[in-house]
Amino acid sequence: MQILKNFYEKYINSRKVAPYIFVAPFIIVFLVFYLYPMISTIIMSFQEIGFGEPKFVGLENYRDLFNVHYKNALLTSTNYTFWTILVLVPLPIVLAVLLNSDKTKFTNFFRSSIFMPALTSVIVAGMFFRYAFGEQASTLANSIIGVFGLEPITWLQNSIPAMIALVVLCVWRWLGVNIIYFLSGLQSIPEEIYEAADIDGASSWDKFKYITIPSLKPVIIYVITISVFGGYKMFAESYAYWQTATPNDIGMTIVSYIYQTGFNNFNMGFASAIGITLLLIVLIVNIIQLNLFGLFKKGEQ
Amino acid sequence: MSKNKIQVTAIILVLSFFAFFALAPFFFMLISSFKPGDQIIKNGISASIDFDIMSFQNYKTLFTERSGIYLHWYKNSVLITTIQTAAAVFLSSWVGYGLAVYEFKGKNLIFILVLVLMMVPIEILILPLYKLSITLGILDSYAGVILPFIVPPVAVFFFRQFAVGLPTELIDAARIDGASEFAIFFKIMMPLMKPAFGAMIILQAMFSWNAFVWPLIVLRSNENFTLPIGLASLITPYGNSYDMLFSGAVISVVPIIILFMFKQNSFISGLTVGGVKG
Repeated sequence: MQILKNFYEKYINSRKVAPYIFVAPFIIVFLVFYLYPMISTIIMSFQEIGFGEPKFVGLENYRDLFNVHYKNALLTSTNYTFWTILVLVPLPIVLAVLLNSDKTKFTNFFRSSIFMPALTSVIVAGMFFRYAFGEQASTLANSIIGVFGLEPITWLQNSIPAMIALVVLCVWRWLGVNIIYFLSGLQSIPEEIYEAADIDGASSWDKFKYITIPSLKPVIIYVITISVFGGYKMFAESYAYWQTATPNDIGMTIVSYIYQTGFNNFNMGFASAIGITLLLIVLIVNIIQLNLFGLFKKGEQ
Repeated sequence: MSKNKIQVTAIILVLSFFAFFALAPFFFMLISSFKPGDQIIKNGISASIDFDIMSFQNYKTLFTERSGIYLHWYKNSVLITTIQTAAAVFLSSWVGYGLAVYEFKGKNLIFILVLVLMMVPIEILILPLYKLSITLGILDSYAGVILPFIVPPVAVFFFRQFAVGLPTELIDAARIDGASEFAIFFKIMMPLMKPAFGAMIILQAMFSWNAFVWPLIVLRSNENFTLPIGLASLITPYGNSYDMLFSGAVISVVPIIILFMFKQNSFISGLTVGGVKG
């Protein structure tokens, strides 16, 4: 017992060893659930995995990437990322500025209401929009465009309307969250800068352009970065709308393609190769983002 | 009207439009939950409110349909959310604290790993993780859902940032009094990190309650599904039990909304620190 106690006092509880006991859970999870799967997916991407033993096939899976489905998936994910950023950066900035203005009343009510959709799961939200974007003339989406004199659309069976439906779902769920990011950015801008601008006779637009936007730059970069990640890894939204393979790959994202290839067609080797390309996209974006932030500086603060 | 008044009205109008855009789907979801399910599947969701076809029948089916499968899903969601949240929050506070207060070899490398992993979407790893869970024998189980996310990098980062600001004099004083390193964490520092716990518990609970991609892969049998997976299984072409679709959805959202009403600020401070999307 005494030996055990000494051992504890001398080693486990020492300031040399204790830190490693604190970080151990992270290291274990990293090794088992990130590093090992990462390595095994790289290996699988060079194999043909059927029902027998995996067979080494070199770059064949990567050569298979040059097919129309992969191109469609890449295009869908890229378009989705592009459009969600195009809406979900400027719009929440404007709304955050409005919410932050002292002329605005009921700020809390508006902020909470617009935030509420973020509480729902993608599936619940997706189910709602799937049927709201139904093809019948009476559905919500078709009655709204009907007000503008447009004919009913079969939303989820055509590529452009389908993309609109995906972006609307994303905007609905994320608008409030991005507003919160920009609001916290706005609140860190010192009041005196605006007062000084007032003395110089700056207009509201000038203040927005020369003070607000430049001050929000780090938040803008951050929001764009997480939107790129979110955009390229998007899957659940597409799953909620379509579940399985669609004609002309409508709404099929890179991750949907991985899912269909791996779990519906059991072609794990090829699915891994697709996964690796997604990993590369994420890595490149990560490096660009870290550079924009000045190599880890932001994280150290 | 003065220029100022016009401005104020315009702002309110714009914000009201977006508040309406945000809230209307909740309203229509509620309305849909009272309509016969096959009608929604056939006709989609419309703005019509027809009291003749609306009833509480859909809510009754939640208890009866397929011998109460919905209650199974609910139970699974509650248990998984509770276990995952408790474990993830405790372990990430443990790791985050270690990263914040100690100097040791490899510390910077680990911190950079945390930052990078925060950004790695788990979706890339679903295939190898699936194979791994077969090897580990945790496929189709609570452990399978929970274990890969038991130390979320986002939460580690959050606690690390919080713990950096803790007063180190307290640690030194406790050491002089002969407290062990771990006793210092449990007895002195953990209580000081209480605000961080509030935000992270809520964020993790929401994340866990709504988690979709990984549970979809790892959960295989119907009675082990969580709510999002169960609800998604209803909309497949081979699905039946359409009556449960929207009543089930409404009941699944209610707990989070109630939590939000009471703990708004924790939701918001949790979200602004971690870049959580998806």
